[in-house]
Amino acid sequence: MAACVAVIAKENYPLFIKTIPTENELKFYYTVHTSLDVVEEKISSLGKNANDLRELYLGLLYPTEDYKVYGYVTNTRVKFVVVVDSSNASLRDNEIRTMFKKLHNAYVDMLCNPFYKPGDNITSKSFDNIVVGMLQQD
Amino acid sequence: MADEAVFEFLHMEMVAHIHREALKDEKDQCISKLEALGFRVGQSLIERFTRECSRFKDELDTMKFLCKEFWGLVYKKQIDNLRTNHQGVYVLQDNKFKFLVQMSTGKQYMESAPKYLAFPCGMIRGALSNLGVNCIVTAEVSAMPACKFQIQIQRN
Repeated sequence: MAACVAVIAKENYPLFIKTIPTENELKFYYTVHTSLDVVEEKISSLGKNANDLRELYLGLLYPTEDYKVYGYVTNTRVKFVVVVDSSNASLRDNEIRTMFKKLHNAYVDMLCNPFYKPGDNITSKSFDNIVVGMLQQD
Repeated sequence: MADEAVFEFLHMEMVAHIHREALKDEKDQCISKLEALGFRVGQSLIERFTRECSRFKDELDTMKFLCKEFWGLVYKKQIDNLRTNHQGVYVLQDNKFKFLVQMSTGKQYMESAPKYLAFPCGMIRGALSNLGVNCIVTAEVSAMPACKFQIQIQRN
């Protein structure tokens, strides 16, 4: 499954990052940070095919030697970034899409919680559980 | 059907409660309180409503979404008239605004009408701010139950 899941606010600061416990978690943080540039580029690409601009799912942002990074932007400019292991070749596009759908639904549910102030770090347990469910290594 | 009535009653009682509980010198803060309530609600609502739809091309697209789908989902009808001067000012006209329909037409309650428009103004502002559009929203009633929302986009 995923190696790292991140939720980034529209002002481009992270609301939530969770990685599988490895010894070098900082590397994931850097990867997510650099992927922001690619996301911005994709959202604002002018003169591109009109269909692409209307999709929320951004697809594969860029592959590194060990990992592949996927992105998704909502209409409210909240970005979801998922980093998956390259060796896990069986993960198809559809599965990544369902993963983002689940993330988006969980985010919307959490935003509707009146105790959550928009812009704060995400501390909701149920959101956390959903993300942990996606990160389980098998 | 029932859920519309529930919300209308809740809103009426909210307006009445805030005005009743306000201290003498805080009377003018009532409208701001209601507007702030609406702001937070608008933020959450827009997140839920835009979940499935594709991204907006430009500002006009966003306003059209607001007029048709957002209004439709919240008030079960669409905005009757949208006007713009293409320089960041939009006027939304609703000829039978939900919260004003129950009050009798005519001049009797025109003065209290703005109290009931504070929450919807806040909702619009919250929805737009979450979509990345900063604006000021004001409302005016010329003839019950029609009302006009004026949205002024702040560009900087």
